[in-house]
Amino acid sequence: MCANMYEIVKAEKLTPDVTRLEIAAPHIAKKAMAGQFVMLTVDEHGERIPLTMADFSAEKGTITIVALEIGKTTKKLGTLKAGDSLFSLVGPLGMPTELKNYGTVVCVGGGIGLALMYPVVRSLKKAGNRMISIIGAKNKDLLIYEDEIEKVSDELYVCTDDGSKGHHGFVSDVLKRLVDEKRKIDEVYAVGPIIMMKVIANLTRPYNIHTVVSLNPIMVDGTGMCGSCRVIVDGKTKIGCVDGPEFDGHKVDFENLTARNRRYLAEEEISLRSFMGAK
Amino acid sequence: MAEGKKKSRIIPKKYPMPEQDPNERVKNFNEVPLGQDAETITLEAKRCLQCKESPTRKLCKDGCPVEIDIPGFIKQVQEGNFSEAMRIIRLKQNLPAVCGRVCPYENQCEGNCIVGKKNDPVGIGRIERFLADWERNEQKKGKIEAPPSTGKKVAVVGGGPAGLTVAGDLAKLGHKATVFEALQYSGGVLVYGIPEFRLPKEIVKAEVDFIRRSGVDIKNDHVVGKLETVDELLEEHDAVFIGTGAGLPNWTNLEGENLNGILSANEFLTRVNLMKAFNFPDYDTPIRVGKRVVTLGGGNVAMDCARTALRLGAEESIILYRRSDAELPARREEIHHAKEEGVRFELLAAPVKYIGDDCGNVKQIEAIRMELGEPDDSGRRRPIRIEGSNFVLDCQTVLIAIGQSPNPLVPMATPDLKTTKWGTIAVDADGRTSKKGVFAGGDISTGAATVILAMGDGKRAAKAIHKYLTEDPSWPDAETFEKASC
Ligand SMILES: Cc1cc2nc3c(=O)[nH]c(=O)nc-3n(C[C@H](O)[C@H](O)[C@H](O)COP(=O)(O)OP(=O)(O)OC[C@H]3O[C@@H](n4cnc5c(N)ncnc54)[C@H](O)[C@@H]3O)c2cc1C
Ligand code: FES
Repeated sequence: MCANMYEIVKAEKLTPDVTRLEIAAPHIAKKAMAGQFVMLTVDEHGERIPLTMADFSAEKGTITIVALEIGKTTKKLGTLKAGDSLFSLVGPLGMPTELKNYGTVVCVGGGIGLALMYPVVRSLKKAGNRMISIIGAKNKDLLIYEDEIEKVSDELYVCTDDGSKGHHGFVSDVLKRLVDEKRKIDEVYAVGPIIMMKVIANLTRPYNIHTVVSLNPIMVDGTGMCGSCRVIVDGKTKIGCVDGPEFDGHKVDFENLTARNRRYLAEEEISLRSFMGAK
Repeated sequence: MAEGKKKSRIIPKKYPMPEQDPNERVKNFNEVPLGQDAETITLEAKRCLQCKESPTRKLCKDGCPVEIDIPGFIKQVQEGNFSEAMRIIRLKQNLPAVCGRVCPYENQCEGNCIVGKKNDPVGIGRIERFLADWERNEQKKGKIEAPPSTGKKVAVVGGGPAGLTVAGDLAKLGHKATVFEALQYSGGVLVYGIPEFRLPKEIVKAEVDFIRRSGVDIKNDHVVGKLETVDELLEEHDAVFIGTGAGLPNWTNLEGENLNGILSANEFLTRVNLMKAFNFPDYDTPIRVGKRVVTLGGGNVAMDCARTALRLGAEESIILYRRSDAELPARREEIHHAKEEGVRFELLAAPVKYIGDDCGNVKQIEAIRMELGEPDDSGRRRPIRIEGSNFVLDCQTVLIAIGQSPNPLVPMATPDLKTTKWGTIAVDADGRTSKKGVFAGGDISTGAATVILAMGDGKRAAKAIHKYLTEDPSWPDAETFEKASC
């Protein structure tokens, strides 16, 4: 029934487990803004998963997504080549990043979050902000989008868990140092693993530095129809896909988000195993 | 007189509809009624008295929101002319195989049937269902003859029953209709909400196909308001119809509602129907129900949830509803089917809070007994709490099916579109909105209702759009909508 076809124009591996796909979707590319996401379905039997856009170009008529291959769907994405097509692609969804001139913005990203962070840094820079980027990964081979982010940042700090590049330790260590040095910081933006966003939000809270986090709740439709993506913010239920994905990090209930994201862990395991077995 | 003879020999009961055995069907997602053969349907049609129209009494036809010539098509069936019968239905009805399954005919056509005064009414719903299925099997594929083009273009937002009806009707009038549908499949609630065992998705697909073949373009994966705005659609089209439905789930807002295992009916049904989670892991979308499922609510949606839960392997499926059996808003047939399948009804009880385990999963629901007081605005007796009667039910899943609100996406992205205090789009009798050239209908303007009412809205709107495009482009002034909105 789905007459649309979304062709992959470029497929590449950024690391052994991270796939980047550039997809022809001129209608989405024309409207996309930093911070927004798409829902995609790989094939007719696939599930709908949300992926924040790592890039979009109205001129080229393409959008770019970057996926860490952890489950069946992202593994399937990893097998796609240029010329293949996706079954369904919907977007741009969610609220875009608020693009204001805050002054100095620190963007903190970890792991796959770096891909999502890139258009945000780029857009905030364009909006006139002084951009400090703190990026981290397990080791230097897993640091993605380093060059791209560096190009649009005024300052860049690199961290690795194993010390293979930059600061040996966490992105939060660097942010803490900047705060301790009493650097002028008007806004913090964090995207990455839930635990990282939580640590960053806890760190900035005592200093009252407004902190935006980009959440990744489990979604089904991505248009506000089901409430699978609901998150608790300031004690109230918010619909992640419509009101978010970005929220005030000081008000997000991260425990609830962590628990809700574990809802289908057992099934995800079954799914992945049957897929790997079949391969 | 032949007619007189027939009258004296009325068969009191409808010819029985064979159904899957309840014990068997709770283990599968196949359709419950199995359908009837041509011979039985002809006999059923012969139960019809072909009543003459009369100003003093209501007939079957008067109960039909889309005004199908019911005696007309039944007469053709009596004479064995199925294709002529179908032609008569198609004059008014764009989704016959769907309506023949999910329409509340007992309150509509069959509710007015004269035979039904003393006996079972004529089985109009099942005759329609038979004819539509017969046509689908007979039908040749290929393009359906289209009238000459008027050159006018209409954008239809939402591919549910309302939108598909508008598009189908506009195509019959020679206008070019393009449907923009947010999901990957068209049909709205018919594909994501109503379960396979009541409405097989193959049937919806065939109906949508028919509309496509009649010249309608359908663009899936297209969220209006996020891609084009209504204003942008108006630049490229001569009119816009909004039929985005009532897709926003209502919540109980009780303590613990965000625990794992508590889902809106929409999430549950979308996972199972649209994404085919009942075929997991062959299909990738998961669903989990546990041993005992409690569904809150008493409408069609609640029945669908409770029955689906059984089919997914729940040992016990309980409906918790705050009024009594008589007030259950679901169709009687659905309630009957649910009971047959072993769904337990915990009536006159309302939820109080949800209780979770250490991992954030729901493990119990606390509820309170209710009694019925004076009738409220809706005419139904108001449920009142019996203080101190709280009780607790163990459960692994809670499904919230207490209603849906209008989908706010398009109104939010269209500031000059007036809405009512219920969030519905304000419309006049022709489906015109406060924005010139923009029409609306179905659940988005009525609030959650029925397939056939959404279609009725669609038919009226198509007529009004046709008039607007071809003879009279005038538009009511803003005041008309001030009254409706507040
Ligand atoms: C579980 C369930 C069971 C039901 N059972 C029955 C029954 O037995 N009998 C009966 O008569 N009625 C039943 N109903 C009610 C009936 O389905 C609805 O009244 C009917 O579908 C309304 O039609 P609609 O076209 O107005 O809206 P919908 O069917 O809701 O369709 C709206 C469409 O618009 C799309 N949309 C929304 N926003 C946008 C956007 N911004 N851009 C593009 N597209 C958009 C949606 O994806 C959807 O496809 C049931 C409803 C549910 C939920
Ligand atoms: S994913 Fe369904 S409401 Fe957000």
